Amino acid sequence: MAELTFVRPEFRVRIDRETCIKCGRCVHQCGWSVYHLDEEGRPIPDHAKCAACHRCVTFCPTDSITIEKNPLAYKDSDSMSPAHRKAIWRQAETGGVLLTGMGNDRPYLRIFDHLLLDACQVTNPSIDPLREPMELRTFLGRKPDFVQVAMGDNGSGPRLLTELDPQLKLETPIMFGGMSFGSVSLNVHRALAMAAKESGTYMNTGEGGLHADLEPYQDHIIVQCASGRFGVHADYLQAGAAVEIKIGQGAKPGIGGHLPGEKIDEQVSTTRMIPQGTDALSPAPHHDIYSIEDLRQLIYAIKEATGYKPVSVKIAAVHNVAAIASGVVRAGADIVYLDGFRGGTGAAPTVIRDHVGIPIEIAIAVVDQRLRDEGIRNRASIVAAGGIRSSADVAKAIALGADACGIGTPVLVAMGCHVCQKCHTGCCSWGITTQRPELTRRLDPEWGAERVSNLVRAWSHEVAEILGALGVNAIESLRGSRERLRALGLDESTMRILGVKPAGVGH
Amino acid sequence: MTDHFRRDADSAARGLNRIGEADRRSAVRRYGGLPAPGSRVPDMGPRPEYSAEAEERILGGCGLMGVCDESGGRMSGELAVRSMASMHDRGNGLGGGFAGYGIYPDFPHAFCFHMLYTDDASKDDTEYYLARHFVVLHHEPIPTRPVRGIQDEPILWRYFLEITDQRLAETQLSAEDYVVHAVMDINAHINGAFVASSGRNMGAFKGVGFPEEIGQFYRLDEYQGWTWTGHGRFPTNTPGWWGGAHPFCLLDYSIVHNGEISSYGINQRYLEGFGYNCTLRTDTEVVTYLFDLMLRRHGLPVEIACKALASPFWKDIDLMPDDQRKLYSALRMVYGPALLNGPFAVVLGMGEGMVALNDRIKLRPLVAARNGSTVYVASEESAIREICAKPERSWMPRAGEPVVARLAEGVNPAASRSGEAFEVAASPAAVA
Amino acid sequence: MALSSESIRNVPTGPSRKGPTGIEPARVTAGQPGSDKGTVTLEGDTARIDARGIYYKTLNEQIREALDLGARTVILDHVNGQRYIGAGLHAQGVTLVVNGVPGNDLATFMDGPTVIVNENAQDGIGNTMNSGLVVVNGDAGDVLGYGMRGGRLYVRGDVGYRVGIHMKAFGEAHPVIVAGGRARDFFGEYMAGGELILLGLGESDDALVGSYVGTGMHGGVIFLRGTVAEHQLGKEVGVAEPDAADQARLEEVVGDFCRVMQLDATAVLAEPFVKLYPYSHRPYGKLYAY
Repeated sequence: MAELTFVRPEFRVRIDRETCIKCGRCVHQCGWSVYHLDEEGRPIPDHAKCAACHRCVTFCPTDSITIEKNPLAYKDSDSMSPAHRKAIWRQAETGGVLLTGMGNDRPYLRIFDHLLLDACQVTNPSIDPLREPMELRTFLGRKPDFVQVAMGDNGSGPRLLTELDPQLKLETPIMFGGMSFGSVSLNVHRALAMAAKESGTYMNTGEGGLHADLEPYQDHIIVQCASGRFGVHADYLQAGAAVEIKIGQGAKPGIGGHLPGEKIDEQVSTTRMIPQGTDALSPAPHHDIYSIEDLRQLIYAIKEATGYKPVSVKIAAVHNVAAIASGVVRAGADIVYLDGFRGGTGAAPTVIRDHVGIPIEIAIAVVDQRLRDEGIRNRASIVAAGGIRSSADVAKAIALGADACGIGTPVLVAMGCHVCQKCHTGCCSWGITTQRPELTRRLDPEWGAERVSNLVRAWSHEVAEILGALGVNAIESLRGSRERLRALGLDESTMRILGVKPAGVGH
Repeated sequence: MTDHFRRDADSAARGLNRIGEADRRSAVRRYGGLPAPGSRVPDMGPRPEYSAEAEERILGGCGLMGVCDESGGRMSGELAVRSMASMHDRGNGLGGGFAGYGIYPDFPHAFCFHMLYTDDASKDDTEYYLARHFVVLHHEPIPTRPVRGIQDEPILWRYFLEITDQRLAETQLSAEDYVVHAVMDINAHINGAFVASSGRNMGAFKGVGFPEEIGQFYRLDEYQGWTWTGHGRFPTNTPGWWGGAHPFCLLDYSIVHNGEISSYGINQRYLEGFGYNCTLRTDTEVVTYLFDLMLRRHGLPVEIACKALASPFWKDIDLMPDDQRKLYSALRMVYGPALLNGPFAVVLGMGEGMVALNDRIKLRPLVAARNGSTVYVASEESAIREICAKPERSWMPRAGEPVVARLAEGVNPAASRSGEAFEVAASPAAVA
Repeated sequence: MALSSESIRNVPTGPSRKGPTGIEPARVTAGQPGSDKGTVTLEGDTARIDARGIYYKTLNEQIREALDLGARTVILDHVNGQRYIGAGLHAQGVTLVVNGVPGNDLATFMDGPTVIVNENAQDGIGNTMNSGLVVVNGDAGDVLGYGMRGGRLYVRGDVGYRVGIHMKAFGEAHPVIVAGGRARDFFGEYMAGGELILLGLGESDDALVGSYVGTGMHGGVIFLRGTVAEHQLGKEVGVAEPDAADQARLEEVVGDFCRVMQLDATAVLAEPFVKLYPYSHRPYGKLYAY
C-alpha cells in the first residue's frame, strides 16, 4: 500500500479491451513502468505514473490506447488553482523543491503571437522564392566598422585590406541550442551532429563535453564551457568551430545544474571526465567570473587556447539584459546568445523555470537597440533562443534584430519528444533525455538526423517565403528591420520597447 | 582650405552676416538660440511642417536620366529637361527634379545651399542659423519663370557658404561633416525650412510638377553643367511638399531613384548608428546617406560601394577566385545592413562624376550609352536617343554592375577624390 | 513677454503667384501628351507616317486609320519612345515598319501582324502576344514575351533579363523567341511552353546567358547554341543533347530566323546546341507537407 497522497493522477489511461490483443508492447514501451500484465495477460495501467508521452499510444498495433485528462473536479478558485494545491500537497509530503523539465508552460503573453509581418503590394514586387534566388546564409562573429579596399592597378582586381575575424557560416539562420550529453542521450548528440552538417549549421555540445564519436562533425559543433567545466580541456576547445561560455540559461537563470549520479554511466563519465556514479554539479556562477572583467579574462583565455576562434557567450534574458549584453560584447564576445524565459531545460526548479527572466522577444529588441545606440552592434552577432516554435518566430526574431535563432525544444520534438516535461526523471520513453540503454537505443541517429534536417529545411523554405513576400532576397535585409513588423494587441510601452508600430499604421 | 576659399571682410559684409543679426530675435524666441552644428539637440520644439504633410513614407514609380561629359564639357540643362520630357508618362506630375554639376563657376569652392521655405519666418530662422555658423559669400532668390502647372511654390533661395578655419577648429569637424550637421540641423529642427542641396558647384532644382515643367520653371536652359541628372515621379499619394521630389542631396551627392527600397527599415537603423537622421519620409533618402557614408566617410571606391549596396549572390561569390571571394564575402558581412534590397535603379551625381546602379536582380529598367566622352543613362533608351540620336555604343547595364562616369582629373577641383579622406573618427563605433 | 510662435506665424508671407498662371510648358518630345498628328503619305498599299514628336496615342490612332484605309504596310519614321505600337492589333497580312526606337510594350496583345523594328527596342515586347511576328534588328530589353501564347519574336542582337518569362503554349498556339546575341539572367523563367532559342552570334566578352536559366520551368524547351554551366541553371532544368527530332526543329526555326535576318543558316547550325527541358510539369509537387 502506497503512502497516502492527495495528488490524484493527472491523466487516465484508457485501454479498449475489445481491440487489445494483449501483445504486451505497451508494457515494454513505457519508460515510466505505467503498465503491468495481469494473470490473464491484460495490460493494467497505473494512472499516476503516466506522463502522457504517447509512446504506448504510438506503438500500440491496434490503436487500443488513449490518454485522457483526469476529469476530477476541484472546487473553483482562480487564485488557489488545482495546480497550486497539488504543488503544496507534494511539498507537504516531501519537503522538497519541485523539479520539472522543458520550458515555462505558464500562460504569459506570447509576444510573437502579437506580431505580424508585412508584404509587398504594387509599389514594390514580392519575390518568388521558388524561382528567384533567396539567400539565408548568415555569418556569426565580429565585423569591423568598415572595410578598406585597394583598387587594383594594371589589371589586377580590387583587394581587401581589412582582415576579418573568424566567423561561423550558417546556410540558414537556425542553429541548435546547447543540450549536454548526459541530459540527452548520445544518440541525440549523434543525430544533431549529422543534422547540423547536413543543414549547414551548428550543434552545441552543452556542458557535457564532446564524445569521441562526434569528432568527424567538429566543423559543425560549438563546444560549451560552463561553470562545471565538464570535459573541458585544450583539445576539446580546439575541437569545435567555436566555443560558447555559458553564463546562464533561459529556463533557469542564476541556477546551476545537477546531473544525478544515476545518469553518469561509463560513456557520460568518460566524456565529462568525472567518475561513474558521482553527481555532476554545475555551480550557479563560474567561479572565475564574479564580474565583467573576469569574463573578458576567460574569453581571451579561450581565444588564446583556440587560436582565436569565435567565442559565444550565452546569457539568460533577465531584466538588465541590454546592459549585460553590452558588457559581454565589450568584453570581447563574438556572439551573444540570448536565451529567453521560455527556453527548455533538462531539469530546473519549477519556481525558477516559471517565474524568472523575460521573454526573448523583449530581450532581442532591447539588446539590438542598445548595441546600436552604443555603436557596437557590428562587434557581435545576436543569437536568439528560448521560445522559438516555428519559422514565423524565426522571421520575427530576426526582424526584431537577431542574427540567427537557436532551437532546442523544436529539435527534440522533431525526434519524438512530446513535451511531457519529465526530462529530469531520466525515464524518457522516446530515448531522448535518458541514459538507460534499453531506451536510448530507440532513437536511431540516422532517423533522428533526417527528421531534424527536414525540419530545418522546411523552416528555411518558409523563411524564404516570408522574405519573398517582403520583397527582399537576402536575410540581412530583414535583420533588424522592425519596420516590417506590426503589433496587434500589445500595449504602448511594449510596442515602444519592441520598436514596433501598431497594425494599421503605414510606413 | 585654399586661399581662394578664404573670405575677406568685404564679402562678409555683402553677405548675410548682418541680416542674420537683425533677425536674431525671432529665432531666439522660438528656439532659445540654435546650437552649433554637431552639438546634440535633444528636443527642439515643434516638428517641421513637412513631416505633417507626409505622415507616411511616400512610395511610387518613376523615370530617371543622367548625363555626364567626362572631359568636363558643359551642357545646357535643357538637355536633361528634354530627355525627361520624353519619359513624361513614367511620372504623374507630382514630382520632378534635376541636379546640375559645374553650374556655379563663380563660386566653385563654396557650399551652395538650395533652400525651400514655407514662409518668411522659416527663412529668417535659417538665415540667422547660416549667418551664425557660416560665412555667406552671396545669396539670392533662385531664378524662376512662371509656368502653368507649377503653383504654390515655396520661397526658393540659394546661399553660397564658406566655413572659417576657426569654426572648424572649434568643432573639430571636417568641412564636409560640418555641412552635414548643419543640413541635419536645419531639416530636423527649423520649422518649414528644407535644404534641397548642399554641395559645391552643384544644385538641385525640384518641385511638384512634371519634370519638363519643373525644368522650365527653374530656367535650367540658362545653366551649363558637366553632369545632369533628372527625375520624374509617380508617387502613390498626393504630396504638396516640394522637398519630397528627387533628387535627394547631401554635400555633392545627389540621388534620383526609381523603385522602392524594401530594406528601408534596416538601412535606416544602420544609418542612425552613424548619426544620419532619416526624417524625410522617403526611402530614397537612405540611398544618399549610404553613399555619403561609404564613399566619403569609409573611403570606399565607388565601384566597391556599389558592390556592397547591390551585392553579388553567394552562389556567384562562392565561384570567385580566392581574393575576390574574400573581398565580396567581407563586403556582405560588414555591409549587410546597407544592402539595398528591392527593385531600384538609381543615378548618383557627385563631384567626381556620375554612377548609375541597378538592384541585384534588375527589377527596374536602366539603359546606358556612350558617345565620345559623354556617358548617358536613362530608364528608357528613347530618353537617351532624344538627346543623342546615334550614340557610339548603347548597352543594358547588368544587375548590380555600376555604370561609372568619372570626370577627368582637374575638371572639378572641389571634388574630394573618394578613398583619400578617411575619417575613421566619424564613425561612433570607431571611437566608442 | 515674448510673443508666441503662433503670432509670428500669422504674418502673411506677402503677395505671391498662386494658381494656374504663367506660360504653357513647352512640348518638346513625343513623350509628352499632345494632339499633333504626323504627316501621312499613302502610296498603293503602303502608308508612311512621320512619327517625330507625335504622342503615342495619336500615333497609334493614325496607324489604325491607315490600316482602315487599306494600307497593308505602315512605315513609321522618326519613332522615339512611343509606347504600345502594334498593341492589340488583330489583323492578318499587315506589316508595321518602325524606324527608330519604339517604346515599351511593343506588340503587346498583338494577334497577327508583323512588326519590324530597324533599331534597338525597349522592354516588354510581345507581352501576352497571341500571334504574329516581331523582328528587332538590334538589341532588345527586359521581360520580352511575358506570357506569350503564340507567334514569333526574333531579335538580331542581345536581350535583357527575364526573356520568355512564363511563355506558354496552348492547343495550336506555340510561341517562339529567337535571339541572335546573348541573354541575361532568368532566361525562360517560369516557362510553361513554346521554344526559346539563343544563338550567341558575333564576338562579345559577355557570357552566352546569365544565371537562373529556366528557373521554375515546367514546360516548353530552350535551345542554346553553345554551353551552359550547371551553376547557371535553375534547379528545375535538365540538360540534354538535341536528338534528331530536335535537330530537325532547330533547322526549321533557326532557318526561318536566318532567312528573316539574312544570315547563313548552315554556318549558324554548324555549331552544337544544348537542349534545356523541365524535369517535371509539376516542379513543386513535393514541396509541401501532407
